[in-house]
Amino acid sequence: MSFLSFFKDKQKPGTPGDNGNVDRGIMVFENTSEVIQAENTLKREGWEIRVMGPPPEIQSGCDLVIEFPLIEELNILRSLEGEGIPPLEMVPVTSPLLQPVDLFHIKDFGEYIMVRAANMKLTVEKATENIVNVSGGGCPDVPYLAYEMVGQTLADAPSPREIGHTLCGYALQLAFEEVKRRC
Amino acid sequence: MLAIAGTVPSEDFPLVDGKITMVGNEIRIDDKRVSVNRGTPALMAAAIKTAETLGQPTPFGYLVGDTGLGKGSRHLYKYLTDHLPYSALQTMTFHYLQPIVHWHKRLQQVIYEIKERPTLIADAGFMYVAKMSGQAPMYDLFTPDIGELAFLADEKAPHPFYTRGFILHDENRVSDLISRAYDHNNASRFLLVKGKQDYLASRQGILETVNSPMEEALEAMGGTGDTITGIVSALIDSGMSIPEAAVTAMKANRLAGHYAKPTPATQVIEIIQHIPRALSEVLRANVAAN
Repeated sequence: MSFLSFFKDKQKPGTPGDNGNVDRGIMVFENTSEVIQAENTLKREGWEIRVMGPPPEIQSGCDLVIEFPLIEELNILRSLEGEGIPPLEMVPVTSPLLQPVDLFHIKDFGEYIMVRAANMKLTVEKATENIVNVSGGGCPDVPYLAYEMVGQTLADAPSPREIGHTLCGYALQLAFEEVKRRC
Repeated sequence: MLAIAGTVPSEDFPLVDGKITMVGNEIRIDDKRVSVNRGTPALMAAAIKTAETLGQPTPFGYLVGDTGLGKGSRHLYKYLTDHLPYSALQTMTFHYLQPIVHWHKRLQQVIYEIKERPTLIADAGFMYVAKMSGQAPMYDLFTPDIGELAFLADEKAPHPFYTRGFILHDENRVSDLISRAYDHNNASRFLLVKGKQDYLASRQGILETVNSPMEEALEAMGGTGDTITGIVSALIDSGMSIPEAAVTAMKANRLAGHYAKPTPATQVIEIIQHIPRALSEVLRANVAAN
């Protein structure tokens, strides 16, 4: 790098940074055969993925992993489960040791109970087990999930795992499971 | 002029732009009608009500269908990248878009090169991608709830789904989360943190707190965060400073919620209808206090 290009490349405060892979995830599989099957499935469906070597933190099994768009984890997981090749792990590229949120916040309104998982909140009327509200979240499947779930009972509502696509949908799934466990 | 960009939960809804108006419980944009329940339509409806109350022009909208597959969001990112350089905007609010880092970077590069950069506000998925991209300081205002504030405070989390437990445990220590978000450059110039108590903060720490009227049920309602973002966006666009607009919006949103007499099952349209009355009262009180 030349002296001038050093200054040219140096970012001004508040200018675009260089976190190009922060929205990517890694899928770990049991063996290379599953990696190849999963690659074929996902490429056929048009996903932007690539096969690569694993980062040091997760070198535990297969010597190949698949990089994928992290936000769409739920959608991709459903697709691979449908093919019978669920990954062993799905983790962020930038921090492979991070785990999905496992801390729930519960609020009891008397007639209603609200469960929050990460950024997603699900509220149910206790007596009827009707889902009365879905709030929080930022991915575009959240309003869609709310539209499909609000007004349904816990037993009848589609699960976010079935119809959601993103990590927000996944967080709502965790809240959905927790509220079912409590009701 | 204020512009608002976001999505509606339908794969069939085409990309439309134009002035947004409200008729009954629907917003109208181009030749499309969208019912207001939560998400970007709720934000737009709140901004329309605020602009009407202030006697300001109705906001401009960019809207596309997306149910989480990201196709509509990609289309909108590209459209904004092509069109924003030619738009005369004072304020731009980004909302429910699929977080896609490379598209966000392209869009920010375009905005960075605009001679008179608009005031930038982000909420929901667009706030996530701003943080993920390491570009949060480019924004003037984020409007996170407490769970999203924990995500901003966690420098390692690429999405709220991966916020680490020890940070989520700290949710009662809002000032610590705010400091941590600023320490790692993952916060905008100002933060409006919405929740049981609402906070206005900057790198200097908490500037204002609003906690009344208190309606516990509002936390469960989908869309109450969207309405506060809509109100503050329109107030800023009217010329109000960001701190004054944020505090006014916090008070007006709470008061509108109070007038709706909410239960956890109340839907957000019932609050939106009370925004003009609530906002007028808060503005009158502001004048009286000054």
